Amino acid sequence: MNYQYNIGCSLENLKGVRDFIRKSLRSHVTSDVVLNEIILALDEMCSNLMIHAHHCNPDHQLELNIDVPQKGKIIVEIMDDGEMFDINRFHEPKLDNLIHEKRKGGLGIRLVKSIMDEVQYTSRDGRNICRLTKKVS
Amino acid sequence: MVHIKRLQEDGADILAVVGEIDASSSIELDLAIAKSVGEGSTRILVDCSALEYISSAGLGVFMSYIEEFQDKKISMVLFGMKEKVANTFQILGLADLLNIRPTKQEAKRLLNELSV
Repeated sequence: MNYQYNIGCSLENLKGVRDFIRKSLRSHVTSDVVLNEIILALDEMCSNLMIHAHHCNPDHQLELNIDVPQKGKIIVEIMDDGEMFDINRFHEPKLDNLIHEKRKGGLGIRLVKSIMDEVQYTSRDGRNICRLTKKVS
Repeated sequence: MVHIKRLQEDGADILAVVGEIDASSSIELDLAIAKSVGEGSTRILVDCSALEYISSAGLGVFMSYIEEFQDKKISMVLFGMKEKVANTFQILGLADLLNIRPTKQEAKRLLNELSV
């Protein structure tokens, strides 16, 4: 099964991202907790891209593709044209530092890495592709 | 997206969070807590029973108050989380840094212990 969704880079659109993922994966993921984790990881990825790579410009588009190639495996690709924002290059700050510095950020990357099994980046025809893989039982 | 109701009960401020907290709405949570603190509350309960979703932006708001609350002797206890929401706190280990209880009764009890 394959599902696609395009959105402008506005944080107001994150709700739409979550609804899209929920609807697409509802029949593939039985656990409500696991479904929420996948929704959370994609929300974090999209909000990071919107803020850091696209400065919340609603004219910039993100393209989401969900593929369930086989039972128990979910692949989500996020494509965009901006500067590549590779979360693998960021070191997650320690929780102690987050408290001390009162930074309201940095937690998202940690969540994505905890939830998803793989986060890979490639580019094709000048577009960035971030591919996230999650195995579900 | 998110709606926050505030009420007072037994000398505590109860903030009932209804809906979803993400990067676009976390400011509402921040403002609600800041307002409660600004008006002198030192005992805050956060009712999460109608909280359907929270992303890192919302978690970050709670985290950002930890030090200030320690300094100002303000106690905050969260309660009533749905399993999927509680799981989000657990993934990051925030359940150990914040005060979280299953029920309102247990949350009030902890608030009383913390306020002594």
